[in-house]
Amino acid sequence: MDTVVEGLKLMPINNYIILSSLLFVIGLVGVLTKRNALVVFMSVELMLNAINLLFAAFSVYHNNSAGQVMVIFIMVVAAAEVAAGLAILVLTYRTNHSIDINLLNSLKH
Amino acid sequence: MEKQIAMSNFLVALIPLLPLLSFLIIGLNYKKLNKTITGVLASGSVFISFILSVVAYFQVKAGATFEVNLFEWIATEKFVINFSFLIDPLSSLMLLVVTGVGFLIHVYSIGYMKHDEGFNRFFAYMNLFVFSMLILVLGSNYVMMFIGWEGVGLCSYLLIGFWFKNTEYNNAAKKAFIMNRIGDLGFLLGMFLLYVTFGSLDFKTVFSLAASYPVGSTIIVTATLLLFVGAIGKSAQIPLFTWLPDAMAGPTPVSALIHAATMVTAGVYMVARSQAIYVLAPLTMDVIAITGIVTALLAATIAIYQNDIKKVLAYSTVSQLGYMFVGLGVGAFTGAMFHLTTHAFFKALLFLGAGSVIHALSGEQDIRNMGGLRKALPVTFMVFLIATIAISGIPPFAGFFSKDEILVHAFAHNKIIWGLGFFTSLLTAFYMFRLLFLTFSNSFRGTAEQKHHLHESPKVMTIPLMILALLSVIGGFIGIPEVMGGHHALNQFLGRVFTAPAEELGLSHSMEWILIAITVIGAVLMIVFAWLRFGKKNLVPAGDEAARPALAKLFMHKWYFDEIYNTIIVKPLFWLSEFFHKIFDVKIIDGIVNGFGSLAVWAGGRLRYIQTGNIGFYLTAMVLAVVVILFFMLAI
Repeated sequence: MDTVVEGLKLMPINNYIILSSLLFVIGLVGVLTKRNALVVFMSVELMLNAINLLFAAFSVYHNNSAGQVMVIFIMVVAAAEVAAGLAILVLTYRTNHSIDINLLNSLKH
Repeated sequence: MEKQIAMSNFLVALIPLLPLLSFLIIGLNYKKLNKTITGVLASGSVFISFILSVVAYFQVKAGATFEVNLFEWIATEKFVINFSFLIDPLSSLMLLVVTGVGFLIHVYSIGYMKHDEGFNRFFAYMNLFVFSMLILVLGSNYVMMFIGWEGVGLCSYLLIGFWFKNTEYNNAAKKAFIMNRIGDLGFLLGMFLLYVTFGSLDFKTVFSLAASYPVGSTIIVTATLLLFVGAIGKSAQIPLFTWLPDAMAGPTPVSALIHAATMVTAGVYMVARSQAIYVLAPLTMDVIAITGIVTALLAATIAIYQNDIKKVLAYSTVSQLGYMFVGLGVGAFTGAMFHLTTHAFFKALLFLGAGSVIHALSGEQDIRNMGGLRKALPVTFMVFLIATIAISGIPPFAGFFSKDEILVHAFAHNKIIWGLGFFTSLLTAFYMFRLLFLTFSNSFRGTAEQKHHLHESPKVMTIPLMILALLSVIGGFIGIPEVMGGHHALNQFLGRVFTAPAEELGLSHSMEWILIAITVIGAVLMIVFAWLRFGKKNLVPAGDEAARPALAKLFMHKWYFDEIYNTIIVKPLFWLSEFFHKIFDVKIIDGIVNGFGSLAVWAGGRLRYIQTGNIGFYLTAMVLAVVVILFFMLAI
């Protein structure tokens, strides 16, 4: 186990930060530009996982397990969110025959 | 011995507490208690207080002075007020008057108010009044006195407006309250000044410290003048007397108790109590004497032309209070207290007698619609006659001795004051007998229905009347002047309080006899004159609108005091209020409040355009906002 940690530490922390930032921005752009709700969800997951990566990386570099706890926590929340979100999408599709988010602009139809 | 004193302290505290207790019981259960219980409780509590006052009187007479400190009420480093009572000859005399006359009036009220739906409320207020009055009288410092002073003012307000469904009565109550408040302001300022000067408001401390000040020092003169302003308001002197005649809106026993016998004399008591500082202020004494004599004369001239039985008595009260202040002003402190006592007897009797007449006529108060009541109301007539003789100053009735004492002192002090006082006493005899003849002699002028209902009042009302009549006859004997071979018991009794040396009269005995003779003969002549006009010739005053000589019109319209006050005070005040209402309230205050409302509406109208329902837009906005917040936090 220690060797794995040591191995991970061989790579500079900046690489992790840059990678997760890239992932985060890709997710953000996806959220802002895509009209398909499913893709928006996927983008959100991407952003969450970018954060997870960063947490995990810092956790290793600082020898502090709190970051890893946070990772698990975010995963749970993300799973719950996806479950609820997909349910909403299914219902939306039933009424609108589409999952274009721009159609969701009124509280009733 | 020690135990006996402690016992007395408890009993002294009981004197004011009993009426308070009765007030609480009646006041908290006024919907449940039946009238008999209320009547017995209310009168009984005052009666026990009276008995205790008598006990206290005898101990005081034997030389005791009670100072009962119940508890320390306000205690700061520099300002200490004890909740304490003081019984010395002066307060002992007032105790007897307040509880004695108060008890008789309570009993009388049981009959008078019998058919009133507010019976219990009435007695609750009356007990509260007696409590407040006793606090006023017993207080051993100015703050305690002020509590009582305000308490009686409140009860006066409540009882004047007792029949609160009548707007006019409510207005009368408010008028009384507001006018009293003007006076109270003076009283308060006087207290502040005393405190600033002496660092205490305790009677004993203030008086002993004041003794080191020179006669006529500015600070003492100012303080006494301010205190006297309080007395002007409470005791209905010029210029604040117009509330008292209006106060007749209250039930008649109230007029007898509050607006004749006790509350309105509080001003006199206050000045007498503060004698030690008043004698140091000759200017104030002159102001008091002049105010008193002018009030006495003015009220007497008004009383001649009044046709409401209670209004005549009200102006007569104002006039007699003026007399008391003349007494105080010329240094006859005992005389003033003496007149206060006898006045309490005969004026309470007059009011209660008038109440009995009004009761018999089912509410009629205009003496032009009365007449010939002598046969229908024999007891009332007799007691009314006695009281009228007493107030007119015919010996040996009570009013003669007290009035004579004041007049003699006034003569020694200043001949003009005596002259005006003498003239006032002539007017007094005239208007009182005018009232008596118009009410009781000749034939009845009311409606046939009223005539049918005429009846003498029940015993519960007539017995207090008889007791008061007896007091009106013999009450003067407590102060028989030396010139008549008496030794003036009251003077000796009060001598312990009025320590300042009395002004040397400087009158020979023959001079005093001449003064007495002039006063009495004048009064008798006026009585004969009144009899000729209203008894023999049976003249009835013309209606209010009838043409009259200018002077009579002036008197009838009360010297236009109310009109003048309306023009120079009430109307400008209304105008000012209207101005503030329109400009400050409506435009500025309401403008600001409404402005905030309109701002919110306007802003909402603008901001609602950003709520598009477009999720993409929301997301963009959210991201931008987060970025802005991040930048902001980084900047910090």
